[in-house]
Amino acid sequence: MSSFSRRKLMTTGIAAAAGVAGLAAADRLARRYGLIPPDGGGIYGPGETLTYGAQRLLTAHSLAREFPRGMISKTPFANPTDAPSEEFKRLQSGGFVDWRLTVDGMVKRPMALSIADLRGMAVRSQITEVVCEEGWSYIAEWIGTPLHEVLSAVGVLPQARYIVYYSIQKGWWDSIDMADAIHPQTLLSWGMNDGDLPVRFGGPLRMRVPRQLAYKSLKYTVHLTATDSLKRFGKGLGSVSPEVGYSWYAGM
Amino acid sequence: MISHPRFYWGETGNVNTRPLFTLPIPASRATVPTGYGYVMPDQNGWSRYLHFEAAWALVLTGLVYGIAGVWTGHFRKNLIPERGSRSWRAYRERIARYLRRAPPDAREARSYNVLQRTAYLAAIFILFPMMIWTGLALSPAFDSAVPAAVNWLGGRQSARSLHLFVSWALVLFLAVHVTMVAISGFRSRMRAMITGRATETEERA
Repeated sequence: MSSFSRRKLMTTGIAAAAGVAGLAAADRLARRYGLIPPDGGGIYGPGETLTYGAQRLLTAHSLAREFPRGMISKTPFANPTDAPSEEFKRLQSGGFVDWRLTVDGMVKRPMALSIADLRGMAVRSQITEVVCEEGWSYIAEWIGTPLHEVLSAVGVLPQARYIVYYSIQKGWWDSIDMADAIHPQTLLSWGMNDGDLPVRFGGPLRMRVPRQLAYKSLKYTVHLTATDSLKRFGKGLGSVSPEVGYSWYAGM
Repeated sequence: MISHPRFYWGETGNVNTRPLFTLPIPASRATVPTGYGYVMPDQNGWSRYLHFEAAWALVLTGLVYGIAGVWTGHFRKNLIPERGSRSWRAYRERIARYLRRAPPDAREARSYNVLQRTAYLAAIFILFPMMIWTGLALSPAFDSAVPAAVNWLGGRQSARSLHLFVSWALVLFLAVHVTMVAISGFRSRMRAMITGRATETEERA
């Protein structure tokens, strides 16, 4: 047993102490640079934080893959949603003319925008893949207004760190950090494959975040809030996903 | 896997497209036609968290192991087949010994034979890297930074199918490995693995 010497024990102890100190320092740095996800606590917190932190450092500005028109899926699939609310049916019968996207929170000029207002702003169209966490996928052309155009129109304050967004369906909401919010491919999309966005696929207005799994691409978006902290929203985990067991950051 | 036990080849795939193959299990989603008329309970959320945390544990310990293996010469000394046994004949002879159920000779009791070395090298330098690569290729954010990761595998759904195949290969490796450990004396092998040294009086069970 001579190999388990006192010297070895001491060096191991010093290395372990240095490791703990290093972790504490890394934690402080990560917090300062916003590399800790809102669901970064608990036993799965370390893995989640490593994924989010690493991807924020490596992929902050990279663009999701775009595909040639010939690769657009002829048979896209959409997961069924809850039965539409009375309010949704009323708006649908009016051709969604009265649909409003309200934008508030840490912004200079809160606004309520119709689909026509959004169409009048900058338009971006991109052919990207919709990737469900379940494993399936399809490619479609998404047409919409880049979220950053809306954010600059309302004058989002520099302190804002997250955009929280809500569906017209009760209980459905999510949030993204500013890196994804000002990303050129993050769209408030109202068109799909050269037509209006069908209700089945989230029409009349769907948040499209192509660098994350499709559950971040919230259907029937009606409300955006800019905030510097997610603590006051729901259970403070950043979206409804972690509350039902799914991670907040879905770039994987 | 349980939420969508259909696997595809190429870039896209969903219940409206033809699968490459389907695992014969019920799904945890009612939207997947499995023919079982039964929907499994959804355990995807926590299992995904666990999966990705385990992936980090694999990558970080793998890095330490890889660097240590080069640094200490472990790969060179113990895993790359010895100079005299880098031939098909050496493989054939070792397979014949297994088939004859001949006990290992004195040299082999303290070192890996050519088949063991090859299996370890394949797991360490082919299967684990492929596992990590095919997994990273499934991340839409990683693919935005490194599109080649998924494009070179032939598309997202190909990467997903390959991820499953490689995981099967690793499970097979583990099963054979544990079986061999059990056959050659579980207690002495475990002691050797943990302390890093084989006892002089190596017992054979």
